[in-house]
Amino acid sequence: MRGKHVRAWLAASAVAMASSGAIAADTIKIGSFLSVTGPASFLGDPELKTLQMYIDQINAEGGVLGKQLALVHYDVGVDADNARTSTKRLLEDDQVDVIVGGSTTGTTMAAVPLVERAGVPFISLAGAVVIIEPVKKWVFKTPHTDRMAAQKIFEDMKARDITKVALISGTGGFGKSGRAQSTAVAGDYGIEIVADETYGPKDTDMTPQLTKIKNTDGVQAVLNFGFGQGPAIVTKNYKQLGMTAPLYQSHGVASKKYIELAGDAANGVRLPGSALLVADKLADDDPQKPVVIGYQTMYEKATGTDVSTFGGHAYDGLMIAVEAMKTAGSTDKEAVRAAIENTQGFVGTGGVVNMSAEDHLGLDLTAFRMLEIQDGDWVLVD
Amino acid sequence: MGWMRAPRTGGLMLLALIVAAIPWFLPNNFYFEMAILVGINAIVAVGLNLLIGYAGQISLGHAGFFGLGGYCSGILVATYGWPPALALLLGAVGVAALAFIIARPILRLKGHYLAMATLGLGIIISIVVSTEDWLTGGPDGMYVPPFTLFGWELYGEAVWYWVIGGLLLLAVWLALNIIDSPVGRALRALHGSEVAAQAAGVDTTRAKVRVFVVSAVFAAVMGSLHAHYAGFVTPTSSGFFHSIELVTMVVLGGMASTFGAVVGAAILTVLPQLLSGFEDYEMVVFGLILMLTMIFMPQGLVPTLARVCKRRDQRASPIPGVDEVDP
Repeated sequence: MRGKHVRAWLAASAVAMASSGAIAADTIKIGSFLSVTGPASFLGDPELKTLQMYIDQINAEGGVLGKQLALVHYDVGVDADNARTSTKRLLEDDQVDVIVGGSTTGTTMAAVPLVERAGVPFISLAGAVVIIEPVKKWVFKTPHTDRMAAQKIFEDMKARDITKVALISGTGGFGKSGRAQSTAVAGDYGIEIVADETYGPKDTDMTPQLTKIKNTDGVQAVLNFGFGQGPAIVTKNYKQLGMTAPLYQSHGVASKKYIELAGDAANGVRLPGSALLVADKLADDDPQKPVVIGYQTMYEKATGTDVSTFGGHAYDGLMIAVEAMKTAGSTDKEAVRAAIENTQGFVGTGGVVNMSAEDHLGLDLTAFRMLEIQDGDWVLVD
Repeated sequence: MGWMRAPRTGGLMLLALIVAAIPWFLPNNFYFEMAILVGINAIVAVGLNLLIGYAGQISLGHAGFFGLGGYCSGILVATYGWPPALALLLGAVGVAALAFIIARPILRLKGHYLAMATLGLGIIISIVVSTEDWLTGGPDGMYVPPFTLFGWELYGEAVWYWVIGGLLLLAVWLALNIIDSPVGRALRALHGSEVAAQAAGVDTTRAKVRVFVVSAVFAAVMGSLHAHYAGFVTPTSSGFFHSIELVTMVVLGGMASTFGAVVGAAILTVLPQLLSGFEDYEMVVFGLILMLTMIFMPQGLVPTLARVCKRRDQRASPIPGVDEVDP
């Protein structure tokens, strides 16, 4: 066993050395670490498929700056320590030119100090606002923030004259951050949070929390911040309890999976989502329409599964990086970083991106569409 | 030649040579990182091995102590601006006190009940650190500043390598001395038969409590250092899977073998990185390797290999008295 182990080591290091020797000047290395397995696999899986698919396509079309792209990917689950080790491997061992990855906020934040020190452009695919606020020189992100989601929801509530809202959120990272952001911005829209309940990531019944909300006076709408199974259970319990106030979900459930899990109970639920979810329902003059239709067609053809917003984030990240390299005319790290920061009018699946030195996300509230679920499908509200 | 074969002298020297030689073979900082993580895990495993291998008590909650050490450093240094060394010390003392208080009731339990109790303890710690987000930053963890001592910042992989390497030697030296001391003999006696040990006048409860505290402190100190090295600490580090991983290191390397714990830690830390090329099959291959090792080497790698070597040796030149060596 030990002999074999040593040999495996030698073989692996020989391969590693051979491959590092083979980094000819004609490849550009795109590094990535994603949550392909584990509880966040619904993020990482479409992201990885998207990266592979588009890198193959770009290579078939002749690559970038006359060079081929090579994807170096490590699966990190939702383990921050693993993300850190993998990032170090990408930076030190694989010497990648740019990193597009980090499905969750926890794994992204573990990588941030390393990329900042190494000086390699990093486009994160995770949600929370802490990633880009305060602005970090080398760190960018493509998905809308949880704060924007809360703002979009409250905007819609305000339009419906709703002022008293009950909040129910998951205790996972996403739910927690969403809860904090919702409480922080509610006041800006004249909205008062009258009930604030939470549930654990593995809970299978949220009836007690919802009953409490039901018995709270004056609740005009309920907002659920969470992802995974939780929101679907909340939706079902909500219906079972015969609650009739409008139910809002966050962008965390913006995939067909949620509708499947929640079934009929999802009818009438409103949530902010990206244009990708309603690609075929967009107005013909919508600038995002060609991009989202193109991405949806390609993804669904290649994978045979429904498109999700999360894969779209990876598309946006990869394309912003590729465009930046083209603009910079090289893979020089500082030049590429500056080019990413100067991204203007880039139309992605998440919205129109206009970055600046103060804004490493570059999206505004128009990037979100308010959607309502009707008969198992998304319908545009605004 | 006898001293060369005794683990307390020869084995320790061999380990020192290996620690000193490894940097020459590390091409870049990623490999240094792997070596540092091996060292950190090895020290925790060496401590845990005292409890599992020698005292025969199972702990499925050691990651909890590891996490407590890390969070203690994180909270005291990042939030309250304490000097890191003081925070580390307080973390170690705090964990020692906690371990001491709960050891007496917990260690009265035996077998599955003991495993359950330590498992529960680990899970409680893990739940507390992931829900008390005002203090610990919640599921995404918290930032931990670098380790500084007298204004000198511990920075860079090479520096950390030597610090952890030195601590590993210290930990192994400590463990080997504990095993060869009266306490160690008492532990081995109670591992064989607790009743017999009691009849022979060994205060078994006291011996068990002591070794539980020592192994918890090993974990807490490494938890602190790991948090400083990584720059953050998350609830995963105190989670159930990390506990299982630590126990697996001890069992794979060989229970009741200090060097086995080091080897087990090295394999379990490095193997997942080596297997990352297998993509989706990584976990399957990983599990298969562990299973096959346990089926064919139920006593763990190092004791089995040591016995094989010894048998060969004896065939070549039978020296009387060598078989008292217990690796």
